[in-house]
Amino acid sequence: MRTTEALEDARRALEICNACRYCEGFCAVFPAMEKRRAFSNGDLSYLANLCHNCRGCYHACQYAPPHEFGINLPKSFAELRVETYEEYAWPRPMARLLRRNGLVVSIVTALALAGVLLGAMLLQAPDLLYGTHTGPGAFYAVVPHSVMVALGSVTFLFVLFALGMGFANFWRDTGGRAAELTRGRPLRQALSDVLTLRHLGGQHGCNDRDETFSTARRRFHHALFYGFFACFASTGVATLYHVLFGWEAPYGLFSLPVLLGTFGGLGIAVGTAGMLWLKLTGDQVPTAKRLMGTEVAFLALLALTAVSGLLLLALRSTGAMGIALAVHLGFVLSLFLLMPYSKFVHGVYRAAALLRYALEREPAPTPAPVAVPAAAEPPIDIVRLARARSAEENTQPLGRSTPNPAAGD
Amino acid sequence: MADLTKTYDVLVIGGGNAALCAAISARRAGASVLVLEHAPREFRGGNSRHTRNLRAMHTAPTSVLTEAYREDEYWEDLLRVTGGNTDETLARMTIRATAEVLPWMEECGVRFQPSLSGTLSLSRTNAFFLGGGKALVNAYYVTAERLGVDVLYDSEVTALELADGVVRSATVTCRGFPATVRAKAVVASSGGFQANIGWLKRYWGEAADNFIIRGTPYAKGRILDSLLAQGVQQAGDPTQCHAVAIDARSPKFDGGIVTRLDCVPFSIVVNRNAQRFYDEGEDFWPKRYAIWGRLVAQQPGQIAYSIIDSKAVELFMPSVFPPVKAGSIEELAGKLTLDPAALERTVNEYNAAVRSGTFDTTTLDDCRTDGITPPKTHWARPIDIAPFYAYPLRPGITFTYLGVKIDERARVLMQDGRPAKNLFAAGEIMAGNILGRGYLAGFGMAIGTVFGRIAGKEAATYAYH
Ligand code: HEM
Ligand code: SF4
Ligand code: SF4
Repeated sequence: MRTTEALEDARRALEICNACRYCEGFCAVFPAMEKRRAFSNGDLSYLANLCHNCRGCYHACQYAPPHEFGINLPKSFAELRVETYEEYAWPRPMARLLRRNGLVVSIVTALALAGVLLGAMLLQAPDLLYGTHTGPGAFYAVVPHSVMVALGSVTFLFVLFALGMGFANFWRDTGGRAAELTRGRPLRQALSDVLTLRHLGGQHGCNDRDETFSTARRRFHHALFYGFFACFASTGVATLYHVLFGWEAPYGLFSLPVLLGTFGGLGIAVGTAGMLWLKLTGDQVPTAKRLMGTEVAFLALLALTAVSGLLLLALRSTGAMGIALAVHLGFVLSLFLLMPYSKFVHGVYRAAALLRYALEREPAPTPAPVAVPAAAEPPIDIVRLARARSAEENTQPLGRSTPNPAAGD
Repeated sequence: MADLTKTYDVLVIGGGNAALCAAISARRAGASVLVLEHAPREFRGGNSRHTRNLRAMHTAPTSVLTEAYREDEYWEDLLRVTGGNTDETLARMTIRATAEVLPWMEECGVRFQPSLSGTLSLSRTNAFFLGGGKALVNAYYVTAERLGVDVLYDSEVTALELADGVVRSATVTCRGFPATVRAKAVVASSGGFQANIGWLKRYWGEAADNFIIRGTPYAKGRILDSLLAQGVQQAGDPTQCHAVAIDARSPKFDGGIVTRLDCVPFSIVVNRNAQRFYDEGEDFWPKRYAIWGRLVAQQPGQIAYSIIDSKAVELFMPSVFPPVKAGSIEELAGKLTLDPAALERTVNEYNAAVRSGTFDTTTLDDCRTDGITPPKTHWARPIDIAPFYAYPLRPGITFTYLGVKIDERARVLMQDGRPAKNLFAAGEIMAGNILGRGYLAGFGMAIGTVFGRIAGKEAATYAYH
C-alpha cells in the first residue's frame, strides 16, 4: 500500500487509539491494533478492511471532532479502504474510472449492454423481440442460448480472475503467505464471521444512524448478501437443469430457480433500499462524503439488477418480455463486469481481513521461519508484556491496559 | 421541549454520570426534570467522558465480573488509598449499593464488556463500559430523553440562591442569555473546580498556570463556590487535587487517558536545569504515578523530561505523542532546550553509578544505582545506546477533592449540621465525603452512580410532598 493522506490520517488516529484502547470491546480492529506498536502501510490496509463501519467507536470516542484530536475512525478507514481497493485492483486503471463516476459508469454500461443486445435482436428479427413467447426455450427465442452462455461464462471467468488477483495483492501486501490459506480452523472462523457479520454490531447492534444501537444495517446486509447468493444459486440451478436434464427456461413459478430468484431478488431489493435509507438518514459526520457516489452507484446497480429481474418475471408472458430480458441481462452483465472495480470488492477484502484476523488470533503451532515481507512489522506482543502479571494481581501491573486500584483509569 | 419559565419538580445541575443518574431516577419517580449542562452537546458528560469502568461489589461471578469482590475487601482497598480519609458509613453504604447498580445501568442502556478473565486484571473488581465513559453518557442521555427529561446544553448555572436551607432559584446563562430558573428541588452534580485555574492558584500560586487539566474544561466549580459561600458545610481538603505526570505537549484540557506516560520507571527524569530530583524506580509505576504530578509541579517551571535510550523504548505502553528523538545526549538536550553540558554530566554520573543486575520489569529487580542522590533503586540501566528519546512531563490534574458535605440521603448539610431542604448533591461535588485522598479506579463512577440515584429519588420525593 502506498503512502497517502488517508493512510497517514489513519495511522495518526490509530496511534492515539493504541494509547487509549477504550473501544477494545467493539470489534476485531482493536485487538488487532493492540498486537502492534507501529503500523506499517500493510497493517493499516488490513485494519481498514477489517473495520465494518459500524460507527461504534466514533460515537464512543471522547476525542471525536470537534475535539482537537478529531478521531473519526469509521471515516478515516472508509477513505483508506477505497484507496486500498484501487491499489489492489486488477488491472489497476479500471478502478480509478469507477471511483470518479461510479453511478454514471454503471448505468451507462448496463444500458449500453442492453442496447447492444436489443440492437442485435432487432437486426436479427424484429418481430421476435416484440412477440409473446411462452413455454420452454421462450427466452432463447429472443436471446439465443449460446449467446447468453458465452457472454455469461466469459464475464464470470474474467471477474473471478480479477477478484482473485485483487485478493492475492491484498494478501501479499498485508504480510500474508500462501501457506496460511489452508489452515482449517481460522478458515472456518473467518467464514462464520462473514456469514454472520459478527463484527457488524456484535451482540449489541451498531450505531446505524446515531448513538442509539440497532441491528438494521446488519439485517439489511444479510437480506442483500443472501439475496445475492440466492440469485446466483438460481442461475446455477437453472444451468444444471439445462445441461443435465435438458429442461429449458422459463421454469414454473414454483420451480427452484424461480423461487430462489424471486426471494433473492426481493432480498436484494429490500437490502439495497434499507441500506440506502440508512445512508441518507444517518449521521453524516462518521461517513466519508466523497465516497457517497461510489457507494450509491453500487447500491443502485444492485437494486436495478434485482428489480429488472423481478420485472422480467412479471412480464415474461407478455410482449414486453423481450425488452425486459435485454435490460435485465444488461444490468446483470454490467454488475458482474464492473464487480472487480466497484464496491463489491469490499466483500473480498473484508473476508480476507477476517481471515487474516482469525489467523493472527490463532498462531500456527510451529511458526515456519519464513521471512516476513518488509511491509509487515513483526508484531510485538506489548499486550502480553503489559498484561504479564495481570490475572489475579491488580496492584502491580505494568501497562495501561491493566488498570489498577491506584490508577486513574 | 425545555422551558425555562416553567417550575420543574427537579432541576439537575450538570450533565455527567451523577447528573444523569439523578435525572433518570427522578423522572422515573414521576417528577418533571430539567438538566442544565454547561458543555455543548459534543462535549457533554463532564469527566465521565474520560472514565472507563465502575468498581462494583459482588459476591459471585456475573456476566461482566469474575470471582467475588466483597464489601470488606472493597472497604479495605478504600481505606488503604485514602489513608482513613473517608466516612465509613457513607463509604460502606456506597459499596453495598454498587452490588445492585449494574443491572440498573444495563436497563438504562449502558453496555459492558464481557469479563475477559486473564486479560483485564480488573475484571474482578471493575465492570468496564463497552466503548468507555462517553458511550455510557450517550446511553444515559438517550434513556433520559426517551423518558421525557428536558436537557439544555450550553447552559451554565452560575449561582444558586439559598435562604433558610431552601434553594429559591438558580441563575443560569443559557446559550449566552441570562435566565433565572425555579424548581421545587435541586440536584447539584456539577463536578469539582479543577478546570478553574484561578481557583487552583489560590493554593498553588502561579505554578497552576502550567498545570494541564486532564478532563473537561467545564468543571469550573461555580456551584460549589456559590454553595460554600452561603453556609454549606465543606468536605474534603480544598488544597488537594489528584495530579499525575502527563505529556507536556497535551492539550490544556480534555486530553484524557492518552496523555499518560508510563516511561518514568525505565528512564531518568530531569528538571529544567537537567538535574534529577527523585527516585524514578522507587516502585511499580501504577503505585507511583500519582505522586509524579506533585513532583513535577514542585520543579522550576513545572516541567520535567523523562529520558530513555533505545533499550527502553518498547517497555511501556505507547502514548499519544512520539518522543523527542536524537542521536546523542547533546543533541537531545538541544532539542529540549536544556543545557547540553549539564545534561551530559547528569547522564554520565547516573551511568557511572549504575550497578548491573538482572533487569526484570515484572519484579522490583536489583538494577540500581550506587552513590548518587537521588538514587534509582530499580530498573536502573545505563542510558548509552543511541538513539535517545525524551518525553516532556507536566502535572496533569484529574480532579479536586473539595466538595459539599452530605448525609446518606444525599442532602446537602448546612454549617449548623442540618440538611438543606430541597438541595441534594451527587458526583464529584460530594465525592470528597468518601474519597478524601488518593484514588481507587472506578470508585468515582461508583459514587456518582449511587448518589446520583439517591439524589434523584430524594429530590423527586421532596418535590411531591
Ligand atoms: C463476502 C463477505 C462480505 C462481507 C464481510 C461484507 C461486509 C460488509 C460490511 C461490514 C458493510 C458495511 C460497511 C460499509 O458500508 O462499508 C458492507 C456494506 C455493503 N455490502 Fe457487504 N459484505 C460482504 C459481501 C457482500 C455482497 C456479496 C454484497 C452484494 C452483492 C454486499 C453488498 C453490500 C453493500 C451494497 C454495502 C453498502 C452499503 C452502504 O454503502 O451503506 N456485500 N458489507
Ligand atoms: S476511537 Fe477514540 S475512544 Fe476509541 S480507542 Fe480510539 S481514541 Fe479511544
Ligand atoms: S467503526 Fe465499528 S468496526 Fe470500524 S473500527 Fe470502529 S468499532 Fe470497529
